Formats: sequence, structure tokens, C-alpha cells
Amino acid sequence: MISELFTTTVLIGVLASGIRLATPYLYAAIGETFGQRSGVLNLGVEGQMLLGAFAAFYVTLTTGSLWLGVLAALIVGALMGLAMAFVTVNLHAQQGISGIGFYLFGLGLSDLLFQKMLGTVETVKGFTKIHIPVLSDIPGIGEIFFSQTVLVYLAFALVPVSWFVLNKTTLGLKIRAVGENPDAADSLGVSVARVRYFTVILGGTLSGIAGASLSIALLNVFQQNMTSGLGFIAVALVYFGAWRPWGVMAGALLFSMVNSLQLWIQVLGIPIPSDIAVMMPYILTILVLVVTVSRVRGPSALTKPFEREA
Amino acid sequence: MKKRFRTDWVSRVFDALLPLFATLAALIVGAVMLLLLKANPIQAYQALWDGAFGSSNAFAETLVKATPLLLVGLGICIAFRGDVINIGGEGQMIVGALSATWVGLTLTAWPGWVVITLSLLAGFLGGAIWGGIAGYLKAYFKVNEILSTVMMNAIAVQLMNFLLRGPMIDPSQAELASKIPQTARLLELFRLPRLAPTRLHLGALIAVALAILVYILLWRTTLGYRIRAVGQSPFASRYAGIKVKRYVVMALLLSGAFAGLAGATQVLGVNYRMITDGSATGFTGSAGFNGIVAALFGQLHPILTIPASILFGALLVGANQMQRAVQVPSALVTALNGLVVVFVVSSEIWRRRRQRRRLAAAGAESESAVEADDDHPKSVKVRA
Repeated sequence: MISELFTTTVLIGVLASGIRLATPYLYAAIGETFGQRSGVLNLGVEGQMLLGAFAAFYVTLTTGSLWLGVLAALIVGALMGLAMAFVTVNLHAQQGISGIGFYLFGLGLSDLLFQKMLGTVETVKGFTKIHIPVLSDIPGIGEIFFSQTVLVYLAFALVPVSWFVLNKTTLGLKIRAVGENPDAADSLGVSVARVRYFTVILGGTLSGIAGASLSIALLNVFQQNMTSGLGFIAVALVYFGAWRPWGVMAGALLFSMVNSLQLWIQVLGIPIPSDIAVMMPYILTILVLVVTVSRVRGPSALTKPFEREA
Repeated sequence: MKKRFRTDWVSRVFDALLPLFATLAALIVGAVMLLLLKANPIQAYQALWDGAFGSSNAFAETLVKATPLLLVGLGICIAFRGDVINIGGEGQMIVGALSATWVGLTLTAWPGWVVITLSLLAGFLGGAIWGGIAGYLKAYFKVNEILSTVMMNAIAVQLMNFLLRGPMIDPSQAELASKIPQTARLLELFRLPRLAPTRLHLGALIAVALAILVYILLWRTTLGYRIRAVGQSPFASRYAGIKVKRYVVMALLLSGAFAGLAGATQVLGVNYRMITDGSATGFTGSAGFNGIVAALFGQLHPILTIPASILFGALLVGANQMQRAVQVPSALVTALNGLVVVFVVSSEIWRRRRQRRRLAAAGAESESAVEADDDHPKSVKVRA
């Protein structure tokens, strides 16, 4: 039965769904990268995703417009980001714990709204696959890379764009400066507060879209706690990828490919305990952290509130 | 002089009441949400109160729910005092529960009280190992404990799913096609005795006794003193000859142990078996996170965490009654818990400001009368 796994069709299927499943990780983790590069650890990603997922699903269900759904997720995510920014930038609240607070808030509120406004699990017709002409006709490659939904393409496009913004623009320089040495940045006239507001709201927005990519593109349903830990993994992926967009993408693909493989193992009915397989990327992440943390240094001001010296 | 003494006293009381203000603020936001959902907030909160305290049975349920919150919260007191953020309570509870269940299902020929003791110890140990791994990784490999505990949570969930579907599955389920992922029930002999004709069990008393023990540990023993010293300033601690790494590991290890015990008492006192719906909350009911809420609310003081746990236990239990009375899902309470956390950590800024003012005033008055308020590790951190 194991040999069934190694047929080309199955292999292509595993890779194609692996790419697809990477989307929520990518949006959320890239957003979190911006926040952390500026010195803010946002642990509330999971809550932002859940609210984004609900907003997208509900708006799509009632209006029939997928893009309005995405817009709703974006707004909800941005609002959650705004709240997080206010609490951590202005009130200097401990970032890790406020993030847990926002997580519980999002978990509870999305559940509440789901029960009150939907009641039962319904489905929407989510984003359909866009077959890119010519490229999608290439055998294998075409199905894996060029027959995906628009949210998948956008997620992967986000990686080089973020790399460019962080490393090649003035904005990126400001973000990195604020995350490395806020005192110096401040003395050069960069507003630490404004930069952090920007990155944390951007992070919230992308987390919202990450939620939308689950509820109106990947699964096309909304359920309580449907992210089940995905947002927390997105935070870990930022460390895994050493705060670099390409590294984050590698981590996202690792998790999504293992998940994809595990789903196919179940579909094919191969008697491998899939729970153990799902455990692997987590263990691997810890190992990667053990190996890299001592060599790769994170943003120096991460989790530290900024206060001008009197 | 006299005037300063008075304002000092007032500001200290104000500090102590900050968590209450935070809860009040959360309840007000909750009231607005209830109004938006077209429910009467007064009626809703009335039902919530009745559901939690309205009868002896209700109160017993509140205490049953408060027990794991208190145990997890005690662990959080230790960890946060040591400036270690343990958010792995969920995973530590699960591993503790798995260990305790395994002991209870394996040593079937042993006397009841021996097995109960061993099960609780197994839970304590299981959680200690789970938390200790994160502590070891933090101390010796600089792996951020927030991340490692999150990862350990996910690993624990998969471990639970694997064990309950495979090696530990109820033998009677294994033969059925349904194969519900659950263990067999613990023998009656191996369950924690009940305290009253309610579901209240011995675990609640154990938790309260442990709260006193943790208080003694933190403020009356060298171990506790060192954990707190490392939390306040690892830099200064090292100069004082404290082996900082060892106490970072100890803080997470003990923290995990209490969460593990929380998981064990859930199995031995409430469920009598483990069952999984595939997620962590399915078993823990988010106690691993809500325990953090309770501990923060109790200002990271083990004794104050007792009433704090009862309060949050009450909210969780009362929420069901509220759901029946005004048809607002009990998930509202989860959202409010989140707001309480946000408000409590946000209000810290005022506490810190006043503390600084107090220290400055004390310093100005007499050089020798400088008193360090050791309430919060983060707040009086020595600038390295």
C-alpha cells in the first residue's frame, strides 16, 4: 500500500495541495515578520485569523461576493492590529501576554458570532482555481504551481515583495532600525510609535486575510476554533525563518507539505499513525530553533516597549 | 510627611484594585456586546451569577471548574515570577493527564489510595518533564520559551490523539467500528473522593493546600528566592553567585508540574477517563490559558490566585446559565476573559508610574528608606 504513495498522480496531488495549504501560514507569518522586525511580538495572530475567517465567511455568505469577504477580513484584522498596537506601543503592555488576551478574545468572539449569526456549519462557494494559460498545461508542474486560487498566488507573491520592502526601501530600513535600536532611530527623527503602528496593523490585516484564505478559499466553511493552533505556528515560523521572508516561506512549505502528505495518507487509507506524522514538523521546528538560535540573532528590541529616556 | 504617607497608602490600595477595575471594564464591554446582540445585560449577568453561586450545586460546579485554573495558575505564578512566560499549560495538562491515566489503568491490582497518589505524582512528573524540556531549551540553547511551549502544546495534542486512538484506546471501543478515541474508565477505587453530594472532589482541597505551599516556596525558601531573583534581574543574580540557568529550568519545570497536576485531577476527579475530539481545548477547556488569566488577576500571588480562580471558574460555569436565560452563547465569557487579560496588562503602566513616583519620593526623603516593591519582575528591572 505504501507504494501507492509514490505514483506520479499522488505525488503531484501531495505537492499541489501542499502549496495550497501553505497560504494561511504565509499570510500570517509574513505579517508577523513585519511586526517582529519592528520589535513587536504579536501572539494574538490566532485570534485575528479566527475573526478574519468569520468576517470573510459571513460577508461572502450574505452578499455573495468573495472580494467583499476578503475586504471584511482585512478590516477586522486591521482593527485587531490597531488594538494590539495601542496596547503595546502606548500602554507598554507586556507583548506576550496581551497577545494571549487578544487570542482568547478572538477565539470567544468568533465562536459567539458563529453561534449567534450562523448557528450551523454552512458552506460557501469559495475562490475557484485560476489556470494560468500555457503554464498550467505543463504536465505536473502546471497542476502544482499554476492551477491555484488567486489567494495562493498573492500569498506567494507577498514573499519577494516583503523581502524587497524590508531590505531595499526606506520604509524597510526604518522598520529594521526601530526593531534593532529604537533609541537611535528615534534620535534620527524616525517615529518609533508610527512605524510600530504600521507594522502591527499590517500584521493584523494579513492575519485577517490568512483567516479568509481558510474560510473562503481552502475549506469554504466556518467552524469554532477552525484555525486550531495554526496562528501560533505562524508566529513560530517567523523564528524558524530567522525573520526573513524567504526563510518563513520555507518553514510554511515544510508544515503544509507534511499536512498535505498526512491528508493523502488518510485518503489512501495507509495504516500509518498520522498523528505521529503531524507531530514531526513541530519537533523539527524546535530542533531548527535549537540549531539556529545561537547563530541567528533576532531583532534586539523584540518585546521591549519603547520609552524615551527622560 | 504625613500627607505623603496618606497618598502612598491610597495609591497602594488603588494598585491592588487595578485587576478589579480591569474586570469591571471587561464586563462593561460585555454589556455593550450583549446589547448589540439584543440581550438584556442585567438579566444576563444575573443569570450568570445565579448559575455560578445560586445553589450549593452551582457553587460546587464553580469550584470544580476553578480547580484546574488554580493549579495551572500556581505554576504561572512561579514561572512569571522567574520572568519565564509559560504558555504551554495546555500541553502540560494533557501530558500530566495521560501519565495519570496510564498509571490508573495499569496498576489495577494495587490499593486505591496508593494508585491515586501515584497517579497524581505521575501527572506532576509528566507536566514537569513537558515544561522542563522548554526550560532546558531556554536555559542552554536560548530557544524562546513562548515558542517552545507552543510547539510542545501541539506535540502533546498529537501524542494524546495517537495514544487514545492506538495504544491506550478503550478495549471495548477497539472492537467497535466507531472506535471513539477514548481510554477505558478508571476503577471506582482510583477516583478522587467527592467532598459533598456534588461533583466537588478532593482535588479542590489539594489545590488550595498547594497554593499555601507555593506561597511558602516563593517567599520562604532559597529556591523560591532565587527563582524570583533571576526573574527580577538575571544580570545581578549572576553576580550574586546564583546559577541562573538552573533556576530558569526550575521555574518552567515546576510551572509545568502544576499544570500536569491540573490535568491529572481532571481525569481522577471529574472525567474518570480521557477522551479526545482532536484538539487541546477538547480536553482542557482552555484551562491552560485561563489559568494564566487567573494568575495575572491574582497579581501572580498564589494566595490571591485562589479567589481569582473561583471568579473565573464562576464565569465559566455561569456562562451556561446565561446561555439558557438570554440565548447568548457562553463563548462570550471566553472573549471577556481575553479582554480582562488585555486590560490587566495594559493597566500595569499606571501601577509602574506610581511605583516609580513612590520610589522617587522615598529616595528624596531619606536615602536609607528606599524600599523595593517586589511585586512585579518586569516593572523594576535593573537596566543592564
